[in-house]
Amino acid sequence: MTLTDTEILVLEKKAELVRETIVEMLVAAGSGHTAGPLGLADIFTAFYFHILKHDPQKPEWSERDWLILSNGHTVPVRYAAMARAGYFPLEECLTLRRFGSRLQGHPERLRLPGLETSSGPLGEGLSQAAGIAYAHRMDGKKNHIYCVMSDGEQEEGNTWEAVMFAGKHHLSNLTAVMDRNNIQIDGMTEDVMPLESVAEKYRAFNWHVIEVNGHDLRAFIAAVEEAKTIVERPTLVLAHTIPGKGVPEIEFDYHWHGKAPNREEAKKFLQQIRTMRGKVPHEYA
Amino acid sequence: MLNPDAKLAPKLFEADVPTKPTRDGFGTGAVEAGKEDQNVVVLCADLAESTRAEWFQKEFPDRFIEMGVAEQNMATVAAGMARAGKVPFITSYAAFNPGRNYEQVRTTIALNRVPVKVCGMHAGVSVGPDGATHQMLEDIGMMRMLPGMTVIAPGDAEEARKAVVAAASTDGPVYLRFGRSATPVFTTTDTPFEIGKALLLWESETPQVALLSTGTLSHTALLAAKALAEENIGTLVLHVPTIKPLDEKAILSAAKRVTHMLTLEEHQAMGGFGSAVVELLSERNPLPMRRLGVQDQFGQSGTPRELLAHYGLDAESVQAAVRALVQA
Repeated sequence: MTLTDTEILVLEKKAELVRETIVEMLVAAGSGHTAGPLGLADIFTAFYFHILKHDPQKPEWSERDWLILSNGHTVPVRYAAMARAGYFPLEECLTLRRFGSRLQGHPERLRLPGLETSSGPLGEGLSQAAGIAYAHRMDGKKNHIYCVMSDGEQEEGNTWEAVMFAGKHHLSNLTAVMDRNNIQIDGMTEDVMPLESVAEKYRAFNWHVIEVNGHDLRAFIAAVEEAKTIVERPTLVLAHTIPGKGVPEIEFDYHWHGKAPNREEAKKFLQQIRTMRGKVPHEYA
Repeated sequence: MLNPDAKLAPKLFEADVPTKPTRDGFGTGAVEAGKEDQNVVVLCADLAESTRAEWFQKEFPDRFIEMGVAEQNMATVAAGMARAGKVPFITSYAAFNPGRNYEQVRTTIALNRVPVKVCGMHAGVSVGPDGATHQMLEDIGMMRMLPGMTVIAPGDAEEARKAVVAAASTDGPVYLRFGRSATPVFTTTDTPFEIGKALLLWESETPQVALLSTGTLSHTALLAAKALAEENIGTLVLHVPTIKPLDEKAILSAAKRVTHMLTLEEHQAMGGFGSAVVELLSERNPLPMRRLGVQDQFGQSGTPRELLAHYGLDAESVQAAVRALVQA
């Protein structure tokens, strides 16, 4: 199912809107994480506007695919994509992190239907996704379970317990997506705690691994499609992304991992996103 | 005298009272719950025999999940399974479950509000020879702090069976605490059990002291009550298997019938059952109290009998504490 150029353009435009919403939310909130959500904008656009079988009007639909967000601090990208997909009114995005908001700083499933799980503490999403996948397989259900996780949380022991478990049980209805953006709060992942060769590590645990440019919508969607053809093991889509993608000024800069732009910065960021139109050239690196 | 409505075991004061570890009650109860609800699953972290999870495994091999020595993953996989409609019981020693995986329990089970039943085996000093690492004494405190978590420490194997079956049919997360060593089975199949309800075991004609106890030490409280009666010290014994939600009505009613109160638990005296009772009574009905438990120490190797005596949790220690309380 190759996407046409027109379909890709439509998705790229969606990704641009998601990025704009992220910046607008963060500036309104005055705190939060900027780099991760921007870097994941293409991936969440692909999920909510092409990959997932879902119904924004029926978040608990029993036939849905599940999208588990493990690195909960990137939730603004999920809120932005969900709002754009029709789960809740777009203007509600501006309540992010406010008292009484359904859009908590880290996602809380009981407050906002469609979040699937509450997350934030790292290293816990993959095992929940594996549990959901295991339960669906017990019941002979065909739903596909996706888990988006960060590269930094590969440092958590719980992640590897889940990798072992999913590999042992050949959970082919589970596809994990690792946002390999190489940054974490204290610096570059390879300085803080080297993860490489992370693809080989997953393969050693009986996973199928596909490496892909996480900003190339066509390639990312193809990787997820490929994962569905692998019936004997779970798949890791190792998505190489640029933190802060779409705002050239902050791309690759780990200082933007955990902070939000002020109003002046946001103005610049939005201008940059609008000229980018979601394209993915690397000359900004 | 014994409360006839509690329908307690006839031989409970005799030397040959039948004994069984409460973990056996888990094994029996899990099989029973599994028969009642096909969504019940049991997860095990490499301790199938000693947790009695293998009793479920034998009956329902397809609904038994061996996690290996990975308690954090056990909690989080169970959280996912519960989100997808299962009723998982996660089993290991309390030192690791919830000792090791507390944050996973907090975030993915309690905050997520999914019906995972956390089963902590080998709780308390009565684990015996294994020593301090395996004698969990902080679990009640940890678990009762979590919003929405039900906390149950059954008094014997029979009550443990009932508690497991009851936990399976409740919507929310539950912590169930079990012991390793064989302890007297003082209740019967006819003894009432309901989550959130305390059970009056004994009441003298004119009780001075209320003994409030949770877990298997409620039998110890009964032994002490009987011995104290022979010294003309009247007591009532209220067994409180559900530490959260606390049966406030029964506890306040007990407090009104006595002048002093003593709580008893195989747990740190700080933060556990006794603290929960004190939190209630200090605001609603203050009275002179004493909390018996382990006094800010770790356990050690020994026989259960030696250890319970050493930490002041045997019948003689309870009697001495009651005497001191009424004479003060």
